[in-house]
Amino acid sequence: MYDYVLSSLIFIPLAGFLVVLLLPKNNFNLIRWMASIFSFVPMIISFVLTYDYFFTYSGSADMVYIEGPFKWISVINAQYFLGADGISVPLLALTGLLSFISIIASFNIAKRVKEYFAFFLLLETGMMGVFCALDFFLFYVFWEVMLVPMYFLIGIWGGPRKEYAAIKFFLYTLFGSIFMLVAILVLYFTSEPHTLNMLTLIQTAPSLGHSLQLMCFAFLFVAFAIKVPVWPFHTWLPDAHVEAPTAVSVILAGVLLKMGTYGMLRISWPMFPEATRFFATPIAILGLIAIIYGALVSMAQKDLKKLVAYSSVSHMGYCMLALGAWGSVTALAGCMFQMLSHGLITGALFLLVGVLYDRAHTREIAAFGGLGVKIPVYTGLMVLFSMASLGLPGMSGFVSEFMVFIGAFSSFKIIAAIAVLGVVLTAGYMLRMVQRMFLGEFDMARWGGLTEINLREILMVSPLAILTIIIGVYPGPLSDMMRATLENLVNLMAR
Amino acid sequence: MPDYNLRIIIPEIFLFCWAIVVILSDLGSKRKSPQTIGYLTMAGIAVTGVLLYFFRGGISFNNMFQSDTLAVFFKVIFLGSAFMAVGSSFGITNERIKNHRGEYYGLILFSTVGMMFLSSSSELISLYIGLELTTIPLFVLAAFYKDDKLSVEAGLKYFVVGAFSSAILLYGLSLLYGLTATTDILTMKINLALLFLKFGKIGPGFILAMVMIIAGIGFKLALVPFHMWAPDVYQGAPTPITAFLSVGSKAAGLVALLRIFVNGLWSFASDVMQPLDWGIIIAVLASAAMILGNIAALRQTNIKRMLAFSSIAQIGYVMVGVVAADEMGVTSAGFYMFIYLFANMGAFAVATVFGDQTGSDNIISYAGLSQSSPLFAAGMAVFMLSLAGIPPMGGFAAKYMVFAAGIQAGYTWLVILGLLTAVVSLYYYANIIKTMYFAPGESTIRINPSFPAKLVLLLGVVGVIIFGIFPGPVLEFARETAGVFGF
Repeated sequence: MYDYVLSSLIFIPLAGFLVVLLLPKNNFNLIRWMASIFSFVPMIISFVLTYDYFFTYSGSADMVYIEGPFKWISVINAQYFLGADGISVPLLALTGLLSFISIIASFNIAKRVKEYFAFFLLLETGMMGVFCALDFFLFYVFWEVMLVPMYFLIGIWGGPRKEYAAIKFFLYTLFGSIFMLVAILVLYFTSEPHTLNMLTLIQTAPSLGHSLQLMCFAFLFVAFAIKVPVWPFHTWLPDAHVEAPTAVSVILAGVLLKMGTYGMLRISWPMFPEATRFFATPIAILGLIAIIYGALVSMAQKDLKKLVAYSSVSHMGYCMLALGAWGSVTALAGCMFQMLSHGLITGALFLLVGVLYDRAHTREIAAFGGLGVKIPVYTGLMVLFSMASLGLPGMSGFVSEFMVFIGAFSSFKIIAAIAVLGVVLTAGYMLRMVQRMFLGEFDMARWGGLTEINLREILMVSPLAILTIIIGVYPGPLSDMMRATLENLVNLMAR
Repeated sequence: MPDYNLRIIIPEIFLFCWAIVVILSDLGSKRKSPQTIGYLTMAGIAVTGVLLYFFRGGISFNNMFQSDTLAVFFKVIFLGSAFMAVGSSFGITNERIKNHRGEYYGLILFSTVGMMFLSSSSELISLYIGLELTTIPLFVLAAFYKDDKLSVEAGLKYFVVGAFSSAILLYGLSLLYGLTATTDILTMKINLALLFLKFGKIGPGFILAMVMIIAGIGFKLALVPFHMWAPDVYQGAPTPITAFLSVGSKAAGLVALLRIFVNGLWSFASDVMQPLDWGIIIAVLASAAMILGNIAALRQTNIKRMLAFSSIAQIGYVMVGVVAADEMGVTSAGFYMFIYLFANMGAFAVATVFGDQTGSDNIISYAGLSQSSPLFAAGMAVFMLSLAGIPPMGGFAAKYMVFAAGIQAGYTWLVILGLLTAVVSLYYYANIIKTMYFAPGESTIRINPSFPAKLVLLLGVVGVIIFGIFPGPVLEFARETAGVFGF
């Protein structure tokens, strides 16, 4: 029954891309609904997959739902090889969910509708592919395929500086990718027989020479770190997030950033345990810098979307800190939790920022005040997600940060202790934002006509809210799902 | 009894006769048939392709002419580029050169015959003749807009530089002959090895020969620093001829390089042979081409000049495969050229059709084209992404192959440089896409390509995407070509 489930996740959006391209240009509703259907189906499949994985494979660390390896390009031994485990299944579900929500959130796009939804579905293909690919060449292809629709989505439907942001994003990530390409080629030619199969390389790569391992690790790290983004590679992120249309920001923050950390967990860490141990402390320090720096910069932002964007830098810093503590299952689980919870929370925050921007046409925090009087439901949701973002117990952000700190503390006492400050700083900027926007005097003259969040928009964010709370209150099932995989990962790294 | 195996030269003979038929039928119809001559030419090229399939494999004229897989592979590229160049010429032959259609198409075919002859030559004299037969018609074609100063300048420039470089090449070849007492490349390979074994070193004459041959072929390939003519000629020549120059003529130069260096001088492509190591010379030229081509292309506002510099850079990537000088290297260089055929001919076809219908070659005129002519713009976007090497386009598979060859051969620095410049190149390729797609509002220009131009564009797009996703069969074919050199 689950024979080609991963391929279906990849190719249904691709089919949607082709179908949408063939639809008449001016029938907006048909295009919108067709796009929704083609992203709804993969979402359901990804949920069923998660359900099945949880009840069938929770205790096992093996790769499941394997497809292939099928011969693809025999001259370079590239294969079509897919599989999923406890790390990728939750991320696939996150991708399915956020893609569908983003497509629903894009119904108000009025300009060049057909192209928009076509590119969005192509983007989903790339993201799904990255999380299932087990062949390095295939992985790289999906990794790059995603850049093109993203470039168009930012460049056509973005804000005032869209062209700059789009090309900056494209060049920056391509710059990172080329290092990955060199590492792939080096790994290919040093493996005997030459292979691009990641599972085989995880077995053989640790026997490479020390300096070769360090080099490959560093090259892969640059590629992944740009995606995460790790300070100091983060400068593309604020531009891209701020200029991108709402739904694209959601995907950027919710899924794209996770591909960096996913790449580390899937590839760099198990393939180069020696190099991981070698670089563990610098990585944790980079994480710490990102946490503190991101939070401080967020504090200084006047633009709401920029604030959320920089908070992403800070939150992904927790993932890096956890990844630095490679030997602790708790830390790695914390990293996974943080990835998922950041996807949910920041995705929702971007959606809510978009909701307000659609009505007020400004995102300047200082322009608002006392909105709680006028739009209470919106305020409630915004406060909920701000609290989740700052790590209030009972929500997923708390669970993940707590796990990260516990896990990291055993290896890096001082760094972890300083990193806790990040939580305080996050509370600082989030609460200040809430206070300035939703409490205080309401400017009746200016915002008297502001309308409440509508049903479609509530439906968009409510699944995110529900999941945030469920994971916050009862994280057990999720951690059961990935424990075996992560334990195996730690064992691999202890080699 | 000398062996005249005319069977394997039938495609060339046919195409040569067909060129005469094309010229005569244009005269016979009193130059009144605007479309027919073009279709006649395309049909001739297609038939040659079929003949090539049936009459391949074998040796003739005392080893001077070989129809091996390498020759066949490149002949496919030559015929493809001639076909696509002719297909995108219909606009020009309807308007600007309606009095010389026959000569125009005929010269393209003559040049193609030269390329085909060249790719089959396993001997220096016939190789040189093939190269001359390739370039002399191109001198005329570059200057075909007789009333256009830029075009005449292009023709003259190309002629002077071309003649000069041919002389240098010939001098280099004669030195090689003096050292080895043979013009047959395989015998030369053996004689050089014997010479080297006997004396332990080969004098400066050999280095001079190599440098001169590299310079001579480098002019044809527009390798930096022998590229000076390229931007002006590319800009001035009729656009389909520019396309033909940038793909067909370069592929011809590549075959010459492969035959002489990767085959004949193969044993010298190694660090231990310094200062006789030609690999490092070409590697340096390749890196110069990648750096200069990509950086100069950034500043161009004319699409033909932009594509000229881009093709200088692209040849730099092919050279990464050449310096590898092994099975993977030959495979990747051939495959790169094959993909480049579709992407570059397609991009030039877009520029041709756009130029015909709007009279402008400025990149800025493409603004808003995605709205007024969506398919046309999408085609251009595909070509640009392929040239930039973004998957799943063919350009990615091609770049992957040459870089893999480079890494395998130990040229890691060259590969990293190539990748870095590839990032730079994305900027100007994406700039075209940006202009077409991101501009607010709709362009007033509605492009409506003629049927053959549509065919060319479709061929380009399909080739780039299909061979990008399933490069397997072509790669296998390209790998067989490496077998010709004994890899």
